[in-house]
Amino acid sequence: MTPGIEEVFRAEYGRAVAVLVRAFGDIDLAEEVVQDAFAEAVIRWPETGTPPSPAGWIITTARNRAIDRVRREAQRDAKQAEAARLQPEPEPEEGGPVDDDRLRLIFTCCHPALAEPARVALTLKLLGGLTTAEIAAAFLVPEPTMAQRLVRAKGKIRDAHIPYRVPGDADLPDRLSSVLAVVYLIFTEGHLGRVELSAEAIRLGRLLAELMPDEPEVLGLLALMLLTEARRPARADRLVPLPDQDRRLWNAELIAEGQDLVRRCLRRNRPGAYQIQAAINAVHSDARTADQTDWWQIVQLYDQLLAIAPSPVAELHRAVAVAEIDGPRVALSIIDSLPLSSHYLWYAVRAELLRRLDRKRDALSAYDMALNLVTQPSERAFLSGRRAELAVDV
Amino acid sequence: MPEYLLSIYQPDGDAPPPEVLEPIMADLATLNDEMRRTGVWVFAMGLHPASTATVVRPKENLITDGPFAEGKEHVGGFTVIRAADLDEALNWARRMAAVLTLPVEVRPIAFEEK
Repeated sequence: MTPGIEEVFRAEYGRAVAVLVRAFGDIDLAEEVVQDAFAEAVIRWPETGTPPSPAGWIITTARNRAIDRVRREAQRDAKQAEAARLQPEPEPEEGGPVDDDRLRLIFTCCHPALAEPARVALTLKLLGGLTTAEIAAAFLVPEPTMAQRLVRAKGKIRDAHIPYRVPGDADLPDRLSSVLAVVYLIFTEGHLGRVELSAEAIRLGRLLAELMPDEPEVLGLLALMLLTEARRPARADRLVPLPDQDRRLWNAELIAEGQDLVRRCLRRNRPGAYQIQAAINAVHSDARTADQTDWWQIVQLYDQLLAIAPSPVAELHRAVAVAEIDGPRVALSIIDSLPLSSHYLWYAVRAELLRRLDRKRDALSAYDMALNLVTQPSERAFLSGRRAELAVDV
Repeated sequence: MPEYLLSIYQPDGDAPPPEVLEPIMADLATLNDEMRRTGVWVFAMGLHPASTATVVRPKENLITDGPFAEGKEHVGGFTVIRAADLDEALNWARRMAAVLTLPVEVRPIAFEEK
């Protein structure tokens, strides 16, 4: 694809599919005609130049194709064509930002009646325009399996009449948290691996922040992703722990944007798990060197996080901050009580604390346990590097 | 308008004692009335226990005692409703599950033979 069209595709594919789904009530049809429209753009635009409103051109072209298709099918088998169609929603009233079709589409894709892997795959495919092959590769699933997952999910949306709308106030908190979880899952999958997944998650996060600016958790999630992404240059393709990162490599622009978002959402005084995690990252990004980190504030933020969303993994992260204030011995006694002995991170944190306590043999066996359990390649590489350093001095 | 089968899954074995069952059935009757009033209700049926079921198979005219699916829970009854979409159906199912204190499976109906 020519560069200009590639950009339009990334930016506008989801919008075009969303508009077509509303107009025709058929997800497969929407995907096909939008792809056809982009294929036509690839041929036409280099000759005619990029149209003034590329998204408008794509949507109009796709709509015309869809009308042709529906007419042809109607002639062939009027009844069947009708039966295969979703109940299309009536044309939405013009008005609030919530009327955006992409928002409807993301709530449909992330409906809790669909299994989580299906929500993730549908969101990437319909809103991000990723191909089935790309999604399969990103999640290390064979392509036919992923294709089947998508077909099954779209079939359920159609047959069970999963609605194409933004949920009402009563259901919104639950449904929104399902949407945010999908976006964050896409981000974390990309965080240590595929960069394009992180970029896609941030794109979705920005879209949600634009369309639902009054939801503090939406802003919190975007801030969390931006502040995490800002540190990517200091990690290269490896995992580099925060204290060892060259902070000059951090992306100052993303940090400024993320910190601004943290301030904006916290001002609403409706704290949530994403906002607090973003705030923790904002504290880290405030410190010019690792030893300037305000660990007190970080421990306090973890206490807040644990109050609204208790989890042993958050306790583990809190213990890492406690180690900076009260020393590794206190931190070790905290993590010993956590029910995480099947989790590689528990052994990895244990190993680091034991190493600081100069208990080298214990540290080595903790690294071994962590290496037995870890699956992510860059985390594995990091752990075996740490273990090797320590093994030299034993 | 789409129709949905709401299947109620109940544990095998004896029904709960009357002092437990009666208030549940009263609440269910209230919910059913509301479904009728709002035009959601199509029909509902309660079944005898799964131990009374018999399975017939196509080949060799084989007949076996007991329900088709092994398990500790089986469908004990069902309600067919008419709803605008899955969200509306799930809301009714949620209320039914709360009243019965039993899980309810929601399944869209594909077609109806008259």
